[in-house]
Amino acid sequence: MTATIESPRSGRIAPQYRRSGGSKGNFEMIAWLFMRLSGVVLVVLIFGHLFVNLMVGEGIHAIDFGFVAGKWADPFWQFWDLAMLWLAMLHGTNGVRTIINDYAEKSSTRRWLKTVLYAAAVVIILLGTLVIFTFNPCPVVDGVALPGGFCPA
Amino acid sequence: MPTKPAGTLYRGREGMWSWVGHRITGVVIFFFLLVHVLDTSLVRVSPEAYTAVIGAYKNPLMALGETGLVAAIVFHAFNGLRIIAVDFWKKGAKYQRQMLWAVLALWIVTMVAFSIRHLSLALGGH
Repeated sequence: MTATIESPRSGRIAPQYRRSGGSKGNFEMIAWLFMRLSGVVLVVLIFGHLFVNLMVGEGIHAIDFGFVAGKWADPFWQFWDLAMLWLAMLHGTNGVRTIINDYAEKSSTRRWLKTVLYAAAVVIILLGTLVIFTFNPCPVVDGVALPGGFCPA
Repeated sequence: MPTKPAGTLYRGREGMWSWVGHRITGVVIFFFLLVHVLDTSLVRVSPEAYTAVIGAYKNPLMALGETGLVAAIVFHAFNGLRIIAVDFWKKGAKYQRQMLWAVLALWIVTMVAFSIRHLSLALGGH
């Protein structure tokens, strides 16, 4: 006589223990992949950003309103900075989300911290995007146009 | 067949400490990024407001702070590429330790070059 042992994983796994088909989908896998893909792009964007802003010419001494205006008068740098803003914020927000999940043990604490994190991320991404696209590189202050080689005479 | 269990990748020694360094530098960079978007947004307020606030970056203490920030960014960048190699390269896990030493060597070379250029600009004349 041999006892019949039911095959494991024969469809009697409680729903909360199933690894696929849950409500979360494969969000965590997408997030993991995003960290790697955005990471590679960010290395290029941020190293370029640091080189152009700090290493070339006068370095940090050259940075003032005219410097930023000169860069953003060019769509190339507008999109460079826009890509850097979005990728860095999403990469950083996902990184901090991981850290909160690791160290905040109470689920209410986790929820609170992540709510604050997501709110800050949305505000910063929207603010930065708005500034890049609604910025006027050639403002007129007190009736006087600021000088800038990139401005119409 | 291995005769003894292989060492774990992420407990103790280089694997764990690079992970700790990656987390700490990541958080530092994230908080700087929040502040950096806010200070840059001042260009939208007025040219004077931006130039005044950015002027606060131009002193010797901030020059050291910027060097520290760039050190964090460069470590996070190079170690991030190492993590990608560990995950996607067939021999990545086997050579993760050697790759960390390569990361640290490249980090030192990059930081020596950056520090000489940035500090001589920031602390020099003007």
